[in-house]
Amino acid sequence: MNSSQRLDRTFAALADPTRRAILVRLASGEASVTELSKPFRMSQPAISKHLRVLEHAGLISRGREAQRRPRRLEPAPLAEADEWLERYREFWEGSFERLDALLEEMKTKDRKRTRKKG
Amino acid sequence: MKNTGTLKVTTPTDREVVLTRVFDAPRQMVYDAFTKPELLTRWFGPRGWSLVVCEVDHRVGGGFRFVLRGPDGKEMGMRGVYRELAPPARSVHVEYIDGCPGDGALVTAVLTEQDGKTTLTATVLSPSKEIRDAVLKSGMEHGAAESYDKLAELLALLEPAPAGDN
Repeated sequence: MNSSQRLDRTFAALADPTRRAILVRLASGEASVTELSKPFRMSQPAISKHLRVLEHAGLISRGREAQRRPRRLEPAPLAEADEWLERYREFWEGSFERLDALLEEMKTKDRKRTRKKG
Repeated sequence: MKNTGTLKVTTPTDREVVLTRVFDAPRQMVYDAFTKPELLTRWFGPRGWSLVVCEVDHRVGGGFRFVLRGPDGKEMGMRGVYRELAPPARSVHVEYIDGCPGDGALVTAVLTEQDGKTTLTATVLSPSKEIRDAVLKSGMEHGAAESYDKLAELLALLEPAPAGDN
């Protein structure tokens, strides 16, 4: 799987609010399916379905513990998605800082013009 | 009202990126800054990059042509075709990045004004899987920081959880 396909999977997995909430929960420590289904007020099969999508995207993995099989967060794909978003942020943050300065200049000119007229 | 100066980047679906930014200026001024070449060349592009080609034909069916030059002389070109223009409230264009095959990304920019401040909401909808992440890849390097801090930041970017985060 190349970088573009991995990003597609990551963003597709992140496009669901329940799955994002599961990741937020797992960011504070691993949890079993039973533990995860409680706060989300969802059935275990419904949670398992979301977990499969997250697992397929490589965002979570399963622990070895036979009974609980706790799910845990895998940081690499999220870091890759974040890097991609960061490029976006960098591009526009740099641009918009200069735009702020330009807009200030335009407002000053505008005020001067208005004063001359009035 | 959101603070000015803070850029919000979200990915509501796997094909969309939404940028939100507040500017401390009336929206006609912001709209002009986005569409007039003599203004665009003053700000458009990441740090260290300058807009060396900037042509705008501000009509539906018309478009724009930009070439950015980086600090090491690397160039990145893009062009757009305007689909809808309703200045200073809204514009829709299709954007193509040089060297990036296929259909362009559909960019919908909406400007709203309140108390002399303007909120820009730009939605970038990518038509194909390859284009979305190729948008800015050319020419820009950024080291990945695979830390949990970064990760928490990303999760914070995404909208709040519906069923509690306990």
